Amino acid sequence: MDRRMFVAAAAVLCLSPAMAQEKVKLVNVVELSGAGATAGTNWKNGIDIAVAEINAKGGILGRQIEIVHYDTQTNPGNTRAAVQRAIDEGTYAVLGPVFSGPIGASMQISQRAEIAQIVGGEAAGLTKQGNPYLFRTSLSQSAAMPKIAAYLQNDVKAKTVAVVWVNNDFGKGGRDAILPELEKRGIKVVADVSTEQGQADFASDAIKVKNANADAVFVYLNEEESARFLRAAKQQGVDKPMVGETTLLGAKVIELAGEAANGVKGHVGLSIDAPVPAFQEFGKKFQQRFNYASDHNGLKGYMAVYMVKWATEKQKKFDKKGLADTLRGARITPKDEPGIMIETKIEQNGDLDRESFLAEVVAGKQVIKQTLPMINP
Amino acid sequence: MSDIPSFTGNVPSPARSFWRRTDGVLITLLVAAVLLWFVPAGMGRYGTYVLSLWLVTAIAVMGLNLTLGLAGLKSLAQAAFMGIGAYATALLTTKGGMGWLPAFAISGLLTFAVGLVLGFPALRVKAHYLAFVTLAFSTLIWLVLRNEQWLTGGVFGLSNIPRPTLFGMKLDGHLAFHRFVVVVTLILALALWWLIRSPWGRAFLALRENPVRAASLGINIRNYTLLAFAIGSAYAGFAGALYAPLVEFIDPSPFALSASFFLLLMVVAGGSGYQLGPFIGALLGVVLPEYLRVTGGLYLILFAAIVVALLIACPQGIMGLLERGWTAIRRRPAGRNLPVKESAL
Amino acid sequence: MAEFIAYLIAGLATGAIYALAAIGFTLVWQTSQTINFAQGEFVMLPAILILALVKLAGAPFWLAAVLGVALFIALFGWGFKITIVDPMIRHGVLPLAIATMALAIIMKEGAKDGFSAEAQSFPSLLPAQTLSFMGISISLQHIAIIVVACVAIGGLQWFVTRTRTGRQMQAAAQNPGVALILGIPVARMVMLTFLINAGLAALASVLISPIYLAKFSNGEVIGLFAFIAAIVGGFNQVRGALAGGLIVGVIDSLAAAYVSTSYRLAVPLVLLVIIILVKPEGLFGRKEERRV
Repeated sequence: MDRRMFVAAAAVLCLSPAMAQEKVKLVNVVELSGAGATAGTNWKNGIDIAVAEINAKGGILGRQIEIVHYDTQTNPGNTRAAVQRAIDEGTYAVLGPVFSGPIGASMQISQRAEIAQIVGGEAAGLTKQGNPYLFRTSLSQSAAMPKIAAYLQNDVKAKTVAVVWVNNDFGKGGRDAILPELEKRGIKVVADVSTEQGQADFASDAIKVKNANADAVFVYLNEEESARFLRAAKQQGVDKPMVGETTLLGAKVIELAGEAANGVKGHVGLSIDAPVPAFQEFGKKFQQRFNYASDHNGLKGYMAVYMVKWATEKQKKFDKKGLADTLRGARITPKDEPGIMIETKIEQNGDLDRESFLAEVVAGKQVIKQTLPMINP
Repeated sequence: MSDIPSFTGNVPSPARSFWRRTDGVLITLLVAAVLLWFVPAGMGRYGTYVLSLWLVTAIAVMGLNLTLGLAGLKSLAQAAFMGIGAYATALLTTKGGMGWLPAFAISGLLTFAVGLVLGFPALRVKAHYLAFVTLAFSTLIWLVLRNEQWLTGGVFGLSNIPRPTLFGMKLDGHLAFHRFVVVVTLILALALWWLIRSPWGRAFLALRENPVRAASLGINIRNYTLLAFAIGSAYAGFAGALYAPLVEFIDPSPFALSASFFLLLMVVAGGSGYQLGPFIGALLGVVLPEYLRVTGGLYLILFAAIVVALLIACPQGIMGLLERGWTAIRRRPAGRNLPVKESAL
Repeated sequence: MAEFIAYLIAGLATGAIYALAAIGFTLVWQTSQTINFAQGEFVMLPAILILALVKLAGAPFWLAAVLGVALFIALFGWGFKITIVDPMIRHGVLPLAIATMALAIIMKEGAKDGFSAEAQSFPSLLPAQTLSFMGISISLQHIAIIVVACVAIGGLQWFVTRTRTGRQMQAAAQNPGVALILGIPVARMVMLTFLINAGLAALASVLISPIYLAKFSNGEVIGLFAFIAAIVGGFNQVRGALAGGLIVGVIDSLAAAYVSTSYRLAVPLVLLVIIILVKPEGLFGRKEERRV
């Protein structure tokens, strides 16, 4: 009896400091309400899946991850507060946010604290400010758009293009990135149509595109607006090729747009339909747990956690500054870290380089036509 | 003018006597300012930042409290005015190379002028039409801030907004800047306190208590209402001028229509018409969410539910509840008159 | 010209959506002289409720639709009147208006946290067929919305002016004191208005969601446009909502076509300001007496 108690007490004594030491805190600061709520929720869910996986397999270097999500309301002032709080609370790295406004408001804070901030933003300008602690989780728009422009020129053989974009930081950033690329290739933009997030009806935009009579239409909208635009375009009888980036070809768009999505083509970066088994497997896990299909932000959030895991195991310690130093200039392959899913090269400025795909929607399915190599392999 | 609703219209107006004995308000303000000067010393960057954000929001709510609580006007553009002030200050101090103080003054003057221009035609028609006009104005301002990228940075916002240097003192650090915010907030609160005790403010109270009689005494309702709206808007401009260097970054989202609604909810939650109400309201709107941040999006529901519950139970907000509670306590030792303390929160 | 007509038709179709949502503004205004800032969310929520019943409770769609609409009318017609309107109206109209802003937040965040942050497709009662002639196309769904909006407003107009209950309802709205003296059950009439309001919102929701998709944030845009429509058309007349909605829809469509797509929202707003300054009761509204 005595001995059993002694053993128990000894076990508790031995375990408790280890338990306390075991958890590593990660704070995710992301848009859970306001204009970015949909993107932010996907990002958060992706993170939750990754954290659950890693913890189930024993954590990072034997320590469990404690994940905390802070809502930013898609508001820069609140984002700054949340990131500051995350740092004051001793987060190992800051994950998020996804919208570039909130990222711009908070990136100096993690830079000052010398803590890595792994974000979901795609706007080109973010990595041009010389912040060595900022890391992306997807291709920047200035990397993706040349691929689209080349596709329009070489495969679609378009001389004129109508550009339809959503007037938020995502859409505006993409539009600003593709216009010079089109110009460089001698493709004329005959209609430049901005739409509002959550717009009630896309009929007049579709009519405008139809009347522009361009050789192709470049659509750069969020998933649900993509679907609604495609339906409106079909209704108005727009019969020109619809070309887009990741968000136009996703499963969500195909589900919502139905037949109208057939024939849509374009460039796909992160997508649960891409011909990478790990992507598809993630898509299944996500569907199973949250009962809907993940968009690219879910994949980004998932990878963000694995970037932290890989770099920590690489440096073999929990050093905040070292984490950023390890990530900078790194090349992560799925062989080293299956959770990264696809070979990823991190540039010195935090941009990423990866393979990507050209795809087409055929009979309600995304079909990959070609794999595009990394820009600087 | 039944369209100018007054919260205290049906109740035997606790507010009338409340505005009169403002000494308690004065003492509270001064004591609170001293406390806020010293409190954050051990709070770290995050706590200090939240306190500063609270005060900056309270300035905008103070202005709206004047518009709503005193003049009974629904303005749905307080956040838009804050945006005008924030962008004016940001542009003047970055691209314009101007010091913070003149930029602050210009932000206030600009929003005051815009308030006059906006309010004049709207109030000419009917008081509650101001709500409609400000709703349109709010959305228009948001569109301009988003679309005119050459000036405002568009959806990507303006970054690297400098914190002020005043009289050779650099207010860069979080503590120095917080203390600076405390001083500015105190000055603005005192100005409002004085304003309400001035003949102008007294005329206003008369007008609110009994518009018909006030009009017969020669008070020009429209001019007074308009002035209240313009001053309220100027306070939003001042708040914006502090918000920009506090966050060091601005984009259009915190100045959208929904933010104006939120400010209005803070006025009501704190206690519309009470001078200390805005501080309580902003506390609920800014500091409470920080405590509940872990709950994800749920705290918004919680905040909104608190406002609804307050409106049902006590439309005078938390200040009204406190006052009610105080009156109940005071009534017990009947006849004794306690002059000052009750407004001292 | 064909192009212009195409824009016009597209605008009318969208305008009918706004009109349907705007009726609620005018109904609530007439009975309680207040603005329901949650009107957009009133149109957003029924579709979400129905989908939630399908997905979470596994009900077949028709049953979910019936239950969802009934639940919505009970909660946001009867419940809204009892818990929000009744206790607040005696404090004046301002607290009520502000309470609806808070209610909007609760409904929106509740739909997001309780159901989904994603847009959901919503089954249509009509085939997604398109009628085309001379290069102008319009879908059956849009035509249905226009027809239903006209019928709903016409029916309401008929009900209010031609039936005994309707006339009592209007009397109760216009002068509750006198109505009470005349023996009209004012409280019951006001309740009826709120039930009709909730029912129409649910109808609008079911019609709009196949096109618009069901999403928690839909109320913001619908609410704003319906609000503009109600002011332009006239807050105190149900027919004003129809006219206002169609006008705003057409203007929005033409603005996107001929002014600027990034400022398209500005044009209806400028129109709103002009209307307020020139004809504050709205284009089709009745001049309101000043009541001291």
